[in-house]
This record gives sequence, structure tokens and C-alpha cells, in this order.
Amino acid sequence: MTATFDRRQILRAALVAGAGLTFPGLLPAWARSGTLGLVPDMPTLSGEDIALTIGPSPFTVGGRTGEAITINGTVPAPLIRLREGQNVRIAVTNTLEEDTSIHWHGVLVPFQMDGVPGVSFPGIRPGETFVYEFPIVHAGTFWYHSHSGLQEQLGHYGPLIFDPADADPVGYDREHVVVLSDWSFMDPHAMLHKLKKEAGYFNFQRHTVAGLIGESGPEEQMSLADRWMWRNMRMDPTDIADITGSTYTYLMNGYGPQENWTGLFRPHERVRLRFINASAMTVFNVRIPGLPMTVVNADGNNVRPVETDEFQISVAETYDVIVEPTEDRAFTLVAESVDRSGMARGTLAPRLGMSAGVPPLRPRPTLGMDDMGMAMNHGSMSGKSYAGMSGMDSGEMDRGEMDMRDESLAPPDMKVGPGVDMIAMNPQYSAGKPGLGLENVEHRVLVYTDLAALEPNPDPRPPSRHVEIHLTGNMERFMWSFDGRKFSEIVEPIRFALNERVRVTLVNDTMMQHPIHLHGHFFEVLNGHAGHHPRKHTVNVLPGTKISFDLTADNPGDWAFHCHLLFHMHAGMFNVVTVRPLTGDLA
Amino acid sequence: MKQLLIVLFSALVTAPVLAQHQGHGAEEPPPEAAQLKADPHAGHDMSGMQQLAEPEAEAPPPPAAFSGPAHAADTLFDPQVMAEAREHLRAEQGGVISSLFLVDRFEAHYGDGEEVYLWDVQGWYGSDINRLWFKTEGEGVLDDDLESAQIQVLYSRAITPFYNAQAGVRYDVSPDPERSHLVLGLQGLVPYAFEVDAAAFLSDEGDLTGRIEGEFDLQITQRVILQPRLELNVSAQEIPELETGSGFSSVEAGLRLRYEIRREIAPYLGVGWERKLGKTGDFARAAEEDRGDWQFVLGIRSWF
Repeated sequence: MTATFDRRQILRAALVAGAGLTFPGLLPAWARSGTLGLVPDMPTLSGEDIALTIGPSPFTVGGRTGEAITINGTVPAPLIRLREGQNVRIAVTNTLEEDTSIHWHGVLVPFQMDGVPGVSFPGIRPGETFVYEFPIVHAGTFWYHSHSGLQEQLGHYGPLIFDPADADPVGYDREHVVVLSDWSFMDPHAMLHKLKKEAGYFNFQRHTVAGLIGESGPEEQMSLADRWMWRNMRMDPTDIADITGSTYTYLMNGYGPQENWTGLFRPHERVRLRFINASAMTVFNVRIPGLPMTVVNADGNNVRPVETDEFQISVAETYDVIVEPTEDRAFTLVAESVDRSGMARGTLAPRLGMSAGVPPLRPRPTLGMDDMGMAMNHGSMSGKSYAGMSGMDSGEMDRGEMDMRDESLAPPDMKVGPGVDMIAMNPQYSAGKPGLGLENVEHRVLVYTDLAALEPNPDPRPPSRHVEIHLTGNMERFMWSFDGRKFSEIVEPIRFALNERVRVTLVNDTMMQHPIHLHGHFFEVLNGHAGHHPRKHTVNVLPGTKISFDLTADNPGDWAFHCHLLFHMHAGMFNVVTVRPLTGDLA
Repeated sequence: MKQLLIVLFSALVTAPVLAQHQGHGAEEPPPEAAQLKADPHAGHDMSGMQQLAEPEAEAPPPPAAFSGPAHAADTLFDPQVMAEAREHLRAEQGGVISSLFLVDRFEAHYGDGEEVYLWDVQGWYGSDINRLWFKTEGEGVLDDDLESAQIQVLYSRAITPFYNAQAGVRYDVSPDPERSHLVLGLQGLVPYAFEVDAAAFLSDEGDLTGRIEGEFDLQITQRVILQPRLELNVSAQEIPELETGSGFSSVEAGLRLRYEIRREIAPYLGVGWERKLGKTGDFARAAEEDRGDWQFVLGIRSWF
């Protein structure tokens, strides 16, 4: 059965459902404020034949209208809800004047259905329809988005839910999808060029002289000596996010913070919230003041339930949480950008029109020794400890500057050129480290080591081989790469043999975090839960640290592998993973 | 002095090379295993990382990984079309061509003497590494003649994370007599984030001169920026027709306070001080001109 809706139908629905509500742009039914949750008769796209149309549509937020690139006319795109075990044919028609594509993020598909132009297929030309056809072989929360140009920044993303073939081990009475994203009225290509010309263009939370000498908040708490040390390195300790709230409006299900997306519940219900970070560039800190959250699923894979008060969700990650509000009151969904320059905000409430207090933005975090990859062996996890730095004399500082880029620490296959401004001196495994800026909060914060797969990991073999990949960049020139080579420099692909078991270590030689995404596979993030490592499609590597994962390369073909910060990918942090030999007719 | 300039000139040529070789002392990076052993307790306080088994050594992919077609999608789609899509993807992920047009200083000087206007503009076009760079600067008396104007067209190459080496030509439109120069320079951020532009010029008359400029942005508030600036000119020889003596010929210092209405548009005010030095100063005195003075500066900085 097909349940598609076109723009006209949405408008009609909007007129009916939107009466008396502020209606920020075109929203799919599930994202509409005051949604009752995903009850079975809710209009979603499901069945075996689905039609999607990609085209330009106006998008309004905060009283301003811009042009978005949408799927079936809405930002975010419609929810596609399918069932494990079924087949699906999704016909995608491009009505844009440029090529487009849809990538099914986190979904195990045959490589030619993965939707990356230039890797999986040629892309979808203007006026053409491409039919994706694949079986649904697993369950979970995923999303879909463009893999062409910078279209993702313009609204080309939506949620995917695959229901399990058997009973869902996660029991819940009601669910809401919460798609977080970042919207700007600035053209994304213009944004990229701003960054190339002035890397700190969007940062309006720098250290200032006024903050040093006057009354100032915690953001300015850095001694003059430390400020000089950062200047000596030609780096900015306040560079937490490349693109900030100075241009972004952070969205929750397409709603700006003032427009307050609201999801309803009845007290004592178990409510499943499926958080998807569909941002181009924004890592969020998510919390619901007054309501603990039990994480049950990460990146589409069930985990042992773990209760927390806040989690950091990097770009392209998903977390499903269960909340059980018992009181008849509203709760605020807070999704604060990692650099605290803004937030996406919504409400969980028993009835429409209710709202709860919105906590103010917390102070912007400041980068520290750990983020430079210079963690002391017993260094504090705070990332804010400058112990031992203020005391450096100038001679040591000069040495420190040289050590920031000690080429002898680079593996032989890494290119140490102008595109590499730092090599982590002593990168630590960071699976147990709270997200940037969450080191000292006074409540529980989810860390990767809290995640244990519900099911045993499918491949118990130890890895036969180790691959180390350095995440490299030059903040000043806004160059980003793997192993010092941008994809545009014609790089050797990362090659795996079919069903090979490999350990991959990602070493972050930069002072920014990078959500690294591998297409077509799940990998097991090494976090101490042997046999139950969490299976993910995207792993966030904190500044100056490293993360390892084990991978069974069981999906033959060519796969994109990249930083999911859209502008980092576009600046070169991209490569192709090949899995050979091909199977079946293609072998 | 000429020798000093020659040293400067050759230093500019060799500096990048030296910089590139810094740290090449240890050609043999430590083997993977040793690197991992260096932090056996990595994450000892990160619940259970100690059980992270020592991974196998980094090894090349097995032969099977090299089997089959180079590009999987070529087996299902027109290889020619895929080749075009691949090329598009390659160019897109990292190959962005950008450009900058920066009016660093466009200002009027008010001092004891004549009111003077000045421009200092530069820009580039190109990739992250290779760029075509132009620079122009000049000044004149308000409502009167142009005093000096020059333009440089340079090839610029990023040679280290923070430095660009530049080479090209400079043409002086004014003053008379017109001159052309070969230019060799180094531009970038030195430690402490000083923006430095150093160049040596060899004129078609065989005269060797040099110039070094440094700027420093001090963030007063998020939008107010104080910029000290220093410029020093040297000449390897006396050039009487240009009233330039050998040695340090002039120095300019400035302090500009700008307000970034937007990052791209920032009016400023400030003070400037300049002085013709040594023999160059004598030339000025002989011509009954000022050797230099304090000035009040009003201008705008802009880029796009």
C-alpha cells in the first residue's frame, strides 16, 4: 500500500491541522506541532512502493522565508516507515535544476542503492527518476539525505524507521521522532567561501580583552599567559564549532526554538523519542530537565538500557530514549549546540499550548590540553585544566609549538603538508570521555562506554589486521582530510577484503571533533564491552583523541567514508572504502 | 646594506625549504605496536579500555581486496558516465576554488600637512595551495596628484600550514620614473598570529629593495578590533631618482581601531606615524619635504 502525499495535500492538511497554530513552513504530518505521536493511522510513507519528489520549496522559520531543497515539499522530509523483512521500491524524481541523490543513512543496502554520486551510482539528473530497490534487513531509527553538493544544508533530509520483524524488545506506549537540524538563510556555498577566507567568520564567542580586564563570565576565564600560548600556536581555543548560531536557526522537526514543536503524552506512558541529528554542522547536547532518559538504541541498534540525564549527539548519529513522565506537566526538550551559540527547543506536554521553562544557554566550553592531543597521563578529564601550561617559560612554549606538529609521530603513509597544522602528541582513547563541554556538568552524561549492544556482536573473530587513519586539517585554511590528503588529491581508496575482520583506529590530529561515518556497514566501537560493543554507523572522535572500532567488511562494493560535518567533507575529509571481491553476477 | 638585502632575499628563498624539512630528522616513525604500547593504560580510567587487545600490526590489505573491478558501480552503470561522476565528486570534495578581495586599508590621513588618501588592497583566486595573488597600494594628496601607486601580480603557493611563498612582478605606475620589479615574498601567520608580508623587489634598473609589513588583530570585544601595524622599507643601494637612500629608508607604524558592522565591513579610526630614515630623510629635507609625522587616520576595511 502506498501512502504518499504531495504538496497540495500537505497544504490542505496544514489548513485543517494548522488552524490556530503557528505554522513554520511546510512540515510533514509527524513533525507537526501538537502531534500525538506516531499512531498507526498517522500519514507516513510506507509500503513497498514509495514515490519521492525532490524540488525547491519555500521554508519559513522565525518569520523569515528562504528557499529550501525538499523531499515531497517539506523540511524535514516525510517519515518513511518500513518493516524488517519487506522489500521496498522508492522512486525518486528530481525536479531541481541540478543533480541530486538520496543516501539511506545507516541502512544496509546493496552498494548501488547507497545513493552517493560518483561512488554508488551516477546521481539523479534534473527531470530524471531513479528507482531505489532494496530489502529491509534490519530494524531501527535511521535517516535519509542528499549526498550531492551541499543540499543537505538546505533541508534535504528526513527520518526513516524500520520496525523489527518480531516483537520490539523496546516496549513503549507512544513515540515521537525528533529530527534536529541547523538552518541558515545564507547560501551554503557562500558559507564555505566565508570559511575559506576567514576560518573564524562565524565565531562571535572569542576571547576578548574586555573579557580579560572586566567583569566576565566563565567563557573568558583564561589567563593572559594561556591566551598568548594559544596565539603562539596560531589556534583559537574558542573554536568549538565552525558554523554557529550567528547564522544558524536550530530546528526541532523543522520548528525554530520560538515555534516550540510540541509532542504530546499522557502521564505514566512510556514514550520513545527517536532523536536524529540531521544537522549539516551542529553537534547537540540533548536533555529534558526534570526527566531522566533511558537510552535504548544508538545508530539504529538496540543497546542495553542505560539511564542518563544528558547526551551529546554528534552529526548523523541517532539515539532512541525512553522517558516516563508521571506528572501532568510540560517538559522542555533542550538541544543546545555544542558551542552554546543557540538551541533547538521543543516541548513534551500532556496538552497543546503548555510549555515549561527553557534553561539559558550554558557558557561556551574552551579547548584545553586534551583537545590538543597533549593529554597528561593522569590529566583531568575536564579538558579545562591548563595546569602546567601557565608555568611554561617562553623557551618551553617555543618547543611546545614545534611539538604540536611533530612529523615523526605521523604514520609513513600520512602526508604532512600545508593541510596539516597539528599532529596529536599523545592521543588518548576517548570512548569514555564526555562530549566537548560536558566534562563538569552536575548530572549524568552519556559516554560511549555506557553503550553495550543488546545482542551479542555477530562476528566474534579477532581482527586480523589494523588500519590507522588520521583525521587531519588546517583550521586557518579550512582544509580537512584523512591522512593529510584531501579526496580531491586523488587518494588511494581504503581497501578491505570481503568478510575481512579489521580493526580501525581513528586518530584525531585536529582540535575539532569529527563524526566519522562509514556507509553500508555497522562497526563495533571498542569501549570495553567485549562481545557487546555498540554497533554504529557514525562515531564521534573528540579533538586530539582516538577511537578504535572493529569492522567486518561484509558488504561488497564501494562505500563512502567521511566526516559527517558537511563542510569538512566538502573540504576534503572523504574517501572511498572498497570491499572486494564483488559477489553474485558482479563478481 | 646591499649584502644585507641579498641575505634577506636568499633567506626568503630558502626559508620555505628549511621549514619544510623541519622535523624530517626522524624519517622512521615508530612502528604501530610501539605507538600503542606507549600508552598501555590509555583510558585506564575509562572503564575497561584495558581489555582492548593489542591489535595486529598495521598491514596492507590481503590480495583479495585488490580483486575485481576498480570501481564497483562500473559493473552496473555506464562506465563513461560513472567516470564523469567520479571526477565531479573528486573535484568537489576538497578541490574548491575560492577567492578573496580584501580592502585592508582605504583611508584618509589628516596631519599638519596635506590631507592624504591611501589604499592597500589585495586579493587572491585559486585553490587551498595554489593561488593567483594581487596586491596594490598607493597614495595621493586629496584633490591633487597621485604620489605613488603600485600593483603586484604574484603566484602564491602554500608551503607550510601558515606560510605562502610568493613570486611575481610589481609595476609602479607612479612616481616617475616608472619601474618594474621582480618580486619574491613570504606571507602568512607567524607565531602569536602576526600577519606578516615580507618581500624583496629587484627593479629593472637592478635596484634591490625590500619591505616587511606586520599586522596583529587584538580582539577588544566580539566586534571591536585593535590592529597595530608596522611597515619597514629597506634599500640595498641609493636610488637618487627616487630620493631613496641605502639602508632603512622608511618606517610606518599605525594603530587602528575598527568596528566590524559585519565581518566584511569595518570602519576604523586610528593614528599613524611615518618617518623617512637616514639618507632618504636627507633627500626629503633637501627637497624641503616632511620627513614624516603623526597623522590621524579614518578609513574602512572591507572584504568579499
